Amino acid sequence: MEISTILFYVFALVTVGSAAVVTFANRLIYAVFSLMFTFFGVAALYVFLEADFLAAAQVLVYVGGILILLLFGVMLTNRIYDLNLLSERVQFVPSVVVMGAVFALLVMVIINTTWPSPEVVSPASTTKEIGSLLMTHYVLPFEVAGMLLLAALLGASMLASKGKDEEEEGEI
Amino acid sequence: MIVLEHFLVVAAMLFCLGLLAVVTRRNAITVLMGVELILNAANLNLVAFSRYSDTQINGQVFAVFVIVLAAAEAAVALAIVLNIYRNYQMVNVDRMDSLSG
Repeated sequence: MEISTILFYVFALVTVGSAAVVTFANRLIYAVFSLMFTFFGVAALYVFLEADFLAAAQVLVYVGGILILLLFGVMLTNRIYDLNLLSERVQFVPSVVVMGAVFALLVMVIINTTWPSPEVVSPASTTKEIGSLLMTHYVLPFEVAGMLLLAALLGASMLASKGKDEEEEGEI
Repeated sequence: MIVLEHFLVVAAMLFCLGLLAVVTRRNAITVLMGVELILNAANLNLVAFSRYSDTQINGQVFAVFVIVLAAAEAAVALAIVLNIYRNYQMVNVDRMDSLSG
């Protein structure tokens, strides 16, 4: 077996294993930290797919941004002394059965389909390609995404600041 | 030899685990984490198809947009969750039923 294949299985195992911890862990804080390993694992899989720009963006945006936000969410919505609290679950067994069936169906479809496999030579660096595509063919979605980020920024800061005013009034 | 199917199966596992987290967990933060897992699975599929088919790099550009949407969604959703916690002192999605008749 080639070394790259072994490495692929290692990273796939890390990704799926830590995703399973996210789903099944009883302690919320364990779930958040194992989500970090999932994000790193997916970034490593992007490297296997020769998507270097996306791997870097994955680490920067997910691990550096979204994960920190989620960690803040966990810290702020639980009092420090019940960080060990058990996360409640409902309908656990039926959900596992249904999801197992969905997964079996997906794997059956994946295995039974004949996928085209053309030998595509990917460019040495994807960053330049993605950048020029964003500025030419995808310029309208690019601008719309910019507007969306602006709206999300304003919306999030408005939601947060309104609560802060109420808090100050409550303290006085 | 790593082929397309390997990545598709990994993405299918991530998707199922994410959906399982969304439907079984009652904590709003954990539900958001499940959504992030699902988005990662979709991204992995997009990049894998972009690598193993002749669509060149368009799949990766699409994945960039998915990452942008995930970031915006996480920021707004967490602001909402924090406000809910401030008003109700809990983040259990089953008990957020003030609007139900």
